[in-house]
Amino acid sequence: MLRTSVLIKVLAAAMMSAMPLLAATLTVEANAQQAPPAADVKIDNFSFGPATLTVPAGTTVTWTNRDDIPHTVVNTDGVFKSKVLDTDEKFSFTFSKPGTYPYFCSIHPKMTGKVVVQ
Amino acid sequence: MTDHKSNFIDQAIQDLNNDGIDRRGFLKCMAWAGTGLVWTMSGGIPVSKAFAGNPNRNAGHGGDFSFVQISDSHMGFNKPANPDVAATLQAAVDKINGLPGAPEFMLHTGDISHLSKPEEFDAVDQILKSAKPKDVFYVPGEHDVLNDDGKQFLERYGKGSQGAGWRSFDKNGVHFIGLVNVLNLKAGGLGTLGPEQLEWLEADVKHLKHSTPIVVFAHIPLWAVYPEWGWGTSDSAQALAYLKKFGSVTVLNGHIHQTMQKIEGNVTFHTATSTAFPQPHPGAAPSPGPMKVPAEQLRSLLGITDVNYVRGQHALAVVDSTLG
Repeated sequence: MLRTSVLIKVLAAAMMSAMPLLAATLTVEANAQQAPPAADVKIDNFSFGPATLTVPAGTTVTWTNRDDIPHTVVNTDGVFKSKVLDTDEKFSFTFSKPGTYPYFCSIHPKMTGKVVVQ
Repeated sequence: MTDHKSNFIDQAIQDLNNDGIDRRGFLKCMAWAGTGLVWTMSGGIPVSKAFAGNPNRNAGHGGDFSFVQISDSHMGFNKPANPDVAATLQAAVDKINGLPGAPEFMLHTGDISHLSKPEEFDAVDQILKSAKPKDVFYVPGEHDVLNDDGKQFLERYGKGSQGAGWRSFDKNGVHFIGLVNVLNLKAGGLGTLGPEQLEWLEADVKHLKHSTPIVVFAHIPLWAVYPEWGWGTSDSAQALAYLKKFGSVTVLNGHIHQTMQKIEGNVTFHTATSTAFPQPHPGAAPSPGPMKVPAEQLRSLLGITDVNYVRGQHALAVVDSTLG
């Protein structure tokens, strides 16, 4: 009995001492989940892919130009506007507010897309 | 042969006058497309003649002259479709310098640079210095107005122009009009001239005689070549309406990196090849991106356009020549 009781106490102590560690681990995980989510849009063959991207608020979207021709990413309401992106260059924007953000390439305006922020 | 081309040929054949070119002869000329095709405009009626068979070319009559159109130099482009666009631009200049008879001036129909970088414009300026014609009139392409809405373009090439760089001038009785259709583009749309420029155009041609030959030059085609790829100008119909009264209107464009012609009433539309890289035929590829061809074929798809005017005939002959 005594031995069992001691064992329980030791286990309890071990658990107690482990608690801060456990808590710290949970906190890190929580931080990881709260880190700004990210999403990508590829520019390829004079089109945005996906043409419609739906993301939660706070998401950072990164566009990468995979064409041999420069493109831009310009919101039609003026919320965001990239510089000209040559081959493999990127542009990122963080969407903090929900809404629908239509955009286009100001050099090749037939290229259109939108980001839906929920 | 595409429906588009068939329609074009049928339409053009109907317009042929009595110049001794029958249907067979005409189709033979069509085979020249991309390697050399002449359009002669007589009293607003376009007729075609092969380059070598054009008796009017620089015939030396008083008032005759020729000029050259170059387009889409894309200085700074270095991708596989053409890793050395400086060399092909130099080849174009060499071609110009080898033309029989000296062209009086040059038109550059835009996309001088690839990324609007100062050093790209500088490189083009340097190469064009070796051309025999010293005067060059430029209109911007969309690649020349990146990031600054055309401010740099205007500073470099806008002398004597108005607004965003549009202009007109007269040479030997021909009225030249340079238009800008690459600014303020709207999502989902095409090239745009805009109300201010259209108003200027209307006033510019208002007092000209109907017999004045008109040459219009602009970057994006002023006709609907292929709207799906943005190859057209949304308000070009308004511009052309102001030019309807003229017997001879020649429209010279670039942007699509290939030769194409269309005749509509008294208006002949013509697009020039690039000096940098070819682009696919409309709809023939997933996108209009640079077309990679075997190195030995590249220069056969690049070129210059030489235009001849013979006074008294109201005639302009448009000749495309490739670089190789």
